[in-house]
Amino acid sequence: MKAKLLTGIAAAALAFGAGAAMADEDAELVINGEIEIVTKTAAPAHLDGALDEIMSGWRFRDDTTQAMQMDDFDNPAMLAVEDALEIWATADGSEGKSCMDCHGAAEDMAGVKPVYPKWNEAAGEVYTLQMQVNDCRENRMGAEPWKVDASDALAMEGLLSSVSRGMPMNVAIDGPAQSTWEQGKELYYTRTGQLDLSCATCHEQNYGNMIRADHLSMGMVNGFPTYRLKDSKLVGVQSRFKGCVRDTRAETYSPGSPEFIALELYVASRANGLSVEGPAVRN
Amino acid sequence: MASGVKPRVKSPKTAAAGEVVTLKTLISHPMESGQRKDSDGNVIPRSIINRFTCELNGNMVVDVTLEPAISTNPYFEFEAKVDATGEFKFTWYDDDGDVYEDTQAIEVA
Repeated sequence: MKAKLLTGIAAAALAFGAGAAMADEDAELVINGEIEIVTKTAAPAHLDGALDEIMSGWRFRDDTTQAMQMDDFDNPAMLAVEDALEIWATADGSEGKSCMDCHGAAEDMAGVKPVYPKWNEAAGEVYTLQMQVNDCRENRMGAEPWKVDASDALAMEGLLSSVSRGMPMNVAIDGPAQSTWEQGKELYYTRTGQLDLSCATCHEQNYGNMIRADHLSMGMVNGFPTYRLKDSKLVGVQSRFKGCVRDTRAETYSPGSPEFIALELYVASRANGLSVEGPAVRN
Repeated sequence: MASGVKPRVKSPKTAAAGEVVTLKTLISHPMESGQRKDSDGNVIPRSIINRFTCELNGNMVVDVTLEPAISTNPYFEFEAKVDATGEFKFTWYDDDGDVYEDTQAIEVA
């Protein structure tokens, strides 16, 4: 495991425990004995000079947590997916339509999750998957939009993710999305808070090292929305950003803010090539 | 009845005679402990699954007493030795008197 050590008090604290072995670096993830998941692959071209190889957060978790994700029966997030399947088929809003009326079976949405966040031509901005779902709810169904990372929104994102499991993340970073992507990159490398940490400090320079009792992952978001055992519920990627930024002792952006949308696009693009894994199980 | 209660069982369909099979069960249930208070300070009444049993052809495999500290959506994984074709019967007992059941057939080849 590569372990670049930084200087400074914060870095020394982060690097404490460097070299502690991860559970099983060579384990491979196969879900339900049939869906093969790529959890380690070559880094996308735009990470040239930063990372050679990218690894899913699954590889950084211990055996028992890893095992929970290998069988849908054991994966607590699948309860939310079941709820979402009901929402999928239930008409809502003034138009009396359900998701299913336009889109058919949820399984037909395979391939959607890997390309989000994505430029939306009509809106002239980058849409996260949750924003796209809300767009449908408001404009096609005449229903109330869900709040960012509300439980229904996460369940639906989890459902859409679950049907795309095994497909490689493939977020577009060029074309009209490029300026948003660059804003996200800027945020990723900007140090914030009293601890003066950027995303890269932990997830690019110190992955595999301990952060208190936990292994730092590479911050790959292919497993989101993620069932976090400490929260015993699904957690959205922007809520996770908020937790990270808060831990640098900074004032955080809000989930749903333009900054976090840009950051979600950028961070998702860092995972290009890894399989969609969500809803994953993490500690 | 507590809302959103749904029992789930994962069990093999076939087994060799004398084989020890693994059974997994999960019931979605809030498991309200009775220790919490709502925003007005009133105690939220206890509402949990207090007993879970599994029988195979009338023989008890497990009989579990659940206590309020057990978390939401209780999950059990256990093993049973299967000697003959038959049926697993899973039963969950709710505080409010409801009983949830599921059965799974198993065939001994």
